[in-house]
Amino acid sequence: MKSAILVFPGINRERDMARALKLISGQEPAMVWHAETSLPKGTDLVVVPGGFSYGDYLRCGAIAARAPIMDTVRDFARDGGLLLGVCNGFQILCEAGLLPGVLMRNARLKFICRDVHLRVERSDTPFTRGYNAGQVIRVPVAHGEGNYEADEETLKRLEGEGRVLYRYCSPEGAVDASANVNGAAHSIAGIVNERGNVLGMMPHPENHVEDIMGCTDGRGLFAGLAAHLEQAA
Amino acid sequence: MKARVTVTLKSGILDPQGKAIEGALKSLGVDGVASVRQGKVFDIELAGADRAKAEAALKDAADKLLANTVIENYRVEVL
Repeated sequence: MKSAILVFPGINRERDMARALKLISGQEPAMVWHAETSLPKGTDLVVVPGGFSYGDYLRCGAIAARAPIMDTVRDFARDGGLLLGVCNGFQILCEAGLLPGVLMRNARLKFICRDVHLRVERSDTPFTRGYNAGQVIRVPVAHGEGNYEADEETLKRLEGEGRVLYRYCSPEGAVDASANVNGAAHSIAGIVNERGNVLGMMPHPENHVEDIMGCTDGRGLFAGLAAHLEQAA
Repeated sequence: MKARVTVTLKSGILDPQGKAIEGALKSLGVDGVASVRQGKVFDIELAGADRAKAEAALKDAADKLLANTVIENYRVEVL
């Protein structure tokens, strides 16, 4: 797995992401500054990490989405490259038009920083093959604007095409209003694009990958990506 | 040339910030507030004096960056 992590001013989870990728794939990811216009040769996974790019000015992710590197990332995704956006990274991918919809202010207006449970909706994608369909995993969230919204037609398409990969749920796997941490439409925590090679998700799987973190449920996502890329190679 | 771009949430889009402001105004005893929607105003200085060109540039700015047209509408005014 030859991964690259995009770095924008104000991003603060890029090292967590680098550590998780190194730990699981054994390969050091490249850190790519936003003003660059190319990715390292042979890159097969691009990660847009979490944080507060440009201090969340204008709208979360809005300014980062227009950075020079994003044209290259758009080409990379168009050519089928795997692209993962976590938290602010999800917001950036939506603002860049690589994923539909928008992340709005949390329904109860509070910044939420705690563990949540996610139900893995299917296991036959590069982003979920490390899990079983229906499996419940525990990962942290840390966001003020993670309330996923899209118009009815888009939501219908997402559901109809099986593009909701992760949903907020109870520890037992029940998807209901009380487990929907930020009020997201259809309890959506993570979606993929039409082609299935771009995933955006609000929770931080990279923060649950080592025993010292108290949980390793996030490993499956990265292990799945590594296995997928190894198989493709 | 001075211009103003006003960005507002589309109707039907939930606005929890507007709701919180509405609640605060009510608790302050400000009378007659039925509802509040929060938006953004951009005051922009433009070089040049061509109005039509200015309007086109502002529309371009709003479409490309100032508004997220998934959830927001915008209005462009050359003042």
